[in-house]
Amino acid sequence: MAQGVGRTIWEFLDERFLITELLGFAKKKTVPEHGRSFWYFFGGICLFLTGLQVATGGLLLLYYTPQVDAAHESIQFIMGGVKFGWLIRSVHSWTANILIAMLFVHMFSTFFLKAYRKPRELTWVTGFLLLVLFMAFGFSGYLLPWNELSYFATRVGTDIAGSLPLIGPWLKTVILGGPEVGQATLSRFYWFHVALLPVVALAIVAIHVLLVQTLGMSKPIGERGKREIPFFPDFIYKDALGWTLILVLVGVLCVFLPWEVGTKADPLASTPIGIKPEWYFTFMFSTLKIIPAHILSLEGEKLAILGFMVGGLLWLLVPFLDRRAGRGQRSPLFTWVGLALAAYIVVMTVLTYTVPKL
Amino acid sequence: MIFRPARFLAAAALFAPLLAFGQKNGCIDCHSQLDGDLKAPVAAFEADIHREFGLSCRDCHGGNPDTDDIALAKDKSFKGAPAKAKIPLFCGGCHADPAAMRTYNPALRTDQLSQYETSRHGKLLKAGDTKVAVCTDCHGVHGILSARMPKSTTFPWNIPQTCGRCHADKGLMEGYRIPTDQLDEYMASVHAKALFEKKDLSAPVCNDCHGNHGAFPPAVSSVASVCRQCHAAAGELFGKSLHKKAFDDMGVGECDACHGNHKILPPSTAMIGTADGAVCIQCHDEGSRGFKMAADLRRTLDGFTSGYSEVEGLLSLARRKGVEVGDAEFSLQDVHTTLVSAENLTHGLDEAEIAKTVAEGEKALLGVRTAALGAVKEGRFRRQGLAVTTAILALFAVALALKVRRMGRTRRDEAGPGVPGPPSS
Repeated sequence: MAQGVGRTIWEFLDERFLITELLGFAKKKTVPEHGRSFWYFFGGICLFLTGLQVATGGLLLLYYTPQVDAAHESIQFIMGGVKFGWLIRSVHSWTANILIAMLFVHMFSTFFLKAYRKPRELTWVTGFLLLVLFMAFGFSGYLLPWNELSYFATRVGTDIAGSLPLIGPWLKTVILGGPEVGQATLSRFYWFHVALLPVVALAIVAIHVLLVQTLGMSKPIGERGKREIPFFPDFIYKDALGWTLILVLVGVLCVFLPWEVGTKADPLASTPIGIKPEWYFTFMFSTLKIIPAHILSLEGEKLAILGFMVGGLLWLLVPFLDRRAGRGQRSPLFTWVGLALAAYIVVMTVLTYTVPKL
Repeated sequence: MIFRPARFLAAAALFAPLLAFGQKNGCIDCHSQLDGDLKAPVAAFEADIHREFGLSCRDCHGGNPDTDDIALAKDKSFKGAPAKAKIPLFCGGCHADPAAMRTYNPALRTDQLSQYETSRHGKLLKAGDTKVAVCTDCHGVHGILSARMPKSTTFPWNIPQTCGRCHADKGLMEGYRIPTDQLDEYMASVHAKALFEKKDLSAPVCNDCHGNHGAFPPAVSSVASVCRQCHAAAGELFGKSLHKKAFDDMGVGECDACHGNHKILPPSTAMIGTADGAVCIQCHDEGSRGFKMAADLRRTLDGFTSGYSEVEGLLSLARRKGVEVGDAEFSLQDVHTTLVSAENLTHGLDEAEIAKTVAEGEKALLGVRTAALGAVKEGRFRRQGLAVTTAILALFAVALALKVRRMGRTRRDEAGPGVPGPPSS
């Protein structure tokens, strides 16, 4: 009897969701295995961390209040008054940071393996868009606790956006919802963080994963081995091993270094010395600090911002620029450019924290 | 070239302010070419507050700055540099004249000269002692800044050094038979700590107790009034206490008898009681009523402070374990206020009132202690939870790793020796 009901339900669902066909696809799907297939796992780790972000973020919504006179208090309540609230918030904050780090690792590993080459150009483009979106998640989420550091870092960050040529002042007003960081800003950042960005990001994640599934994993140029392993269960098991290790790391971090609540933001206080944005923005922030005030009669800061924008656009278009990789040939020029960029990001980030008066 | 009057007038109008700005000043022209002390005023005067108000050399020193000729420059109006004894009157020429000062700064007081004349400095100067401080010794000469400017010698955090320049100079003070350790003592005081470490500009410096222009050592009878300017509550309690009459009878200054004068250390319960370091035993002998009361007070306060320290330690431990204790810390601040209030009540010697306040504080402390113990327990629970979870996850990871390894071997066996290829599925 029970078996009969179960079978009926299965057939009902299978008929509508084509589960048998999907399982058939999963069983047939294989993943190349070679000396560098280790880098494939970072994509799965990013997806796993995104799942944790969605789950913990959803739970935080139960208690978070997006109002300037209650936001900080609600975070304090989550950390001290809600059962396991400290864990949910710390997991959310730590995994957000680990996710950005993993996205950088995933992006550069993809870049150096030239996995962006035809026909995976759009996988690269959607991946880069996801990095930008997750950085936007970070920027908007940083303000939500309404503490001193986040408040002033947002002020510094939006001041930089305001110095963009032509659209700067307009853009700053749009971001802030007024001339200063205030209630309108908090409301906007909250809306960005929990409504707009999740919808856009999840849609792009879906496209990205769909592309990965349909096009499969790319093999590095020159890799002649034909060895492959089934996606399910072999690759999934390996993925799960990585996720488990990440989970242990997150647990240790949350218990020993729970994410701080900080001092409530005081808009009338002077900007604390050494204020800086989240670590993943510091390479750009430090560049703006060290760049000369004027370069060839142009404002240095504006020139640097334009440089970042142009650089970002070129990075987005790498699959279309690297013609040699597209033809399956090695492209050392792009490898060197990637190495230089990675070194620049690492050095500038380290300098931000080791040379306070940079 | 055609002369265009309109353009000429426009140019003249545009450059007129520059011409006015660049007006000749013979004093500066000459002195800037001299050396040492004769040149120094030129540079110093650049930042001088008098210059900001449009005053120049002539306004104090007279003379004619419109000429390059020294003889002509030093005309009948030329006063030159005044002798030290004349400086108070020299500055007072304007600063004691309300009509003159109204032109520049109507809010500035004009009683500095009259106050100075009543000061110890002023009296000695009048008696012919020219080693005493005059206006320029404290304010500087040509680089005088507003007292609101942090670089000014009379800005709060510079005043101890300004006064100490003379008062910490043993050679200079020798003839006056006054100690020279005031600056060192002050720098060790709670007031200096507030000023220099907390940057609290309301913390008292020399002039807040001694006066500035009318500086005079406060008499025994007026010390209490000086301290009460800030410590009104303690002063009021002391005024109602048994000590008031006793101190008056002994001719002892009220506050400084226990707290000292320049080296006023942060008050603590250690000052009360009968142990070493307690001030009560300066007057109360063993066996006396005062001796017993001092011991009782100390016991009462010690119980409270040790309880407070214990809770403070528990919260610190919980915080180190990563537990959010913001609310409990906030409540502990209230308890601290009660503790300070109880300590302050010792000025009034009302044992019942002190006991009541301590009881209130201890009751509040109990609530915070419960929260602190809960937080420490929570910290322990988190670590235990992590240990269990990590063990489970580690076991899961090992199982997965073994499974992956076995699957890898199986795949290789299925593919055959040296024949890489897709798995059979």
